[in-house]
Amino acid sequence: MARRAPIQTRIGFTVLAWAIALLLFSPILWTILTAFKTEAEAIAAQPTFFPQTFTLENFGAVQDRSDYFKHATNSIIVSLGSTLLGLIIAIPAAWSMAFAPSKRTKDILMWMLSTKMMPAVGVLIPIYLIFRDLRLLDTVHGLTLIMTLINLPIIVWMLYTYFKEIPVDILEAARMDGAELWNEITHVLVPMAVPGIASTLLLNVILAWNEAFWTITLTSGRAGTLTAFISSFSSPQGLFLAKLSAASLLAIAPILLLGWFSQKQLVRGLTFGAVK
Amino acid sequence: MATKQTRALARTMMAPAVIVLLIWMIVPLVMTLWFSFQNYNLLNPMMTGFAGWANYVYVIGDPSFTQSLINTLLLVGGVLLITIIGGTFLALLLDQPIWGQGILRILVISPFFVMPPVAALIWKNGFMHPGYGMLGHLWKFFGLQPIDWFNQYPLFSVIVIVAWQWLPFATLILLTALQSLSEEQREAAEMDGANAANRFRFIILPHMARAITIVILIQTIFLLGIFAEIRVTTGGGPGYASTNITFLVFRTGILSNDIGAGSAGGVVAVIIANIVAIFLMRAVGKNLDA
Repeated sequence: MARRAPIQTRIGFTVLAWAIALLLFSPILWTILTAFKTEAEAIAAQPTFFPQTFTLENFGAVQDRSDYFKHATNSIIVSLGSTLLGLIIAIPAAWSMAFAPSKRTKDILMWMLSTKMMPAVGVLIPIYLIFRDLRLLDTVHGLTLIMTLINLPIIVWMLYTYFKEIPVDILEAARMDGAELWNEITHVLVPMAVPGIASTLLLNVILAWNEAFWTITLTSGRAGTLTAFISSFSSPQGLFLAKLSAASLLAIAPILLLGWFSQKQLVRGLTFGAVK
Repeated sequence: MATKQTRALARTMMAPAVIVLLIWMIVPLVMTLWFSFQNYNLLNPMMTGFAGWANYVYVIGDPSFTQSLINTLLLVGGVLLITIIGGTFLALLLDQPIWGQGILRILVISPFFVMPPVAALIWKNGFMHPGYGMLGHLWKFFGLQPIDWFNQYPLFSVIVIVAWQWLPFATLILLTALQSLSEEQREAAEMDGANAANRFRFIILPHMARAITIVILIQTIFLLGIFAEIRVTTGGGPGYASTNITFLVFRTGILSNDIGAGSAGGVVAVIIANIVAIFLMRAVGKNLDA
């Protein structure tokens, strides 16, 4: 941004922005620091900023107490599985809406969006009972299915906005040049569609990873994801702040890193393409 | 280019997504509606049969419902107010020529990627705990009595946590919108002698109006369903002080095993969400088409 601003103004804005940003980030920073402290230090009357005795024992304790790796594996399977399943259903739909739109396409898209407005709690009880009867409660595949359904509208919408930007003329040009259908797909369409699909994948993995209504209500021990894993720490038992911080850090670290790379997609995906 | 053949193909390609969502939308909703008129309690299998409006009378007539409804509105309204005002301010600030913009963006957006139960527990134990929380230390530092946030101000505490999670979202969307405002337009206004306040009022704000309405719309959808933050902090209490409609239905249907009453609450939640959605869509509609 090449705007001319006096240096004092620039310094002032920079200081203010950093102060606010650090304030907003402080809960996360505090968690990271506390995770490496001993329990005694974490709840000491005189708080320390940096860990005085740097320790990794909290991470071991968390793994022993609640089996982090099992929950993390469940989270990975559910978030990745539901996103892939969603993509398989959504890609053809979004494709046809973008390239062969009919009069009703807009209505269908709006209707799909409206399904997101239905509060989850309105269907909690039947889903809970159906799951109980089909023995899907506390199973990874049951949870994956629900996660696919709740994120499907967002996946369709995101893909639609990306596919819409692929120029149709290119397809016709390729056809004129005598490209066969298969070549048209592999050499022209796929390379242009891949970035949009990748962005959609990334955002939906993040959303599914952080989903905390169905993951908590439909699981207990076996299929619990990291959201359920963390919720099991909600009742304090003796000295535990450092262990809670370690568990929290383990639960958010992977997605925090992914999230930093996906800021642009986030805006587009969560506003259903309305803000780019 | 849409021939009959391609149109048929398009319909086939769309079918799985449409059918799956149609089932997902209709089947559970019809079941909720059905259960809401039944006597159905998992702890009392002898009680069955048609209940008429009894479940609705029971749910809506209970003082907990009115309080949950008020709490829901306060929660949604409070968080919207904080995130829209704070987000606009932060977006304007981050749009200034400042050093370290990339890192700042990462710091500001981070809370959004923290899963709800973690966000709630970090705040509950690391910050708001009167004994060893950060705020407790701060209060003691100034010689004040630390506040037991979740007992004294349960709903306010939940609002703070949820606002912390959603402020980054509002900021990011509004910043994106702001950056699409053309430089020429701003400079032209500057040349014409418009001061900062007038530039904000007549150029920046109208440009951001669309983004703001979108933020309101999307956040409202998510905020009506706030659940985990309440579950792991206050459990809806003390009493019903921090119970919203979502949590009330969970409490009635799943925790108390009263399927009939829980379903009636679920139907009410759907109706409320629809009223809000229609209201919002109408208010937002003009802005979105423009």
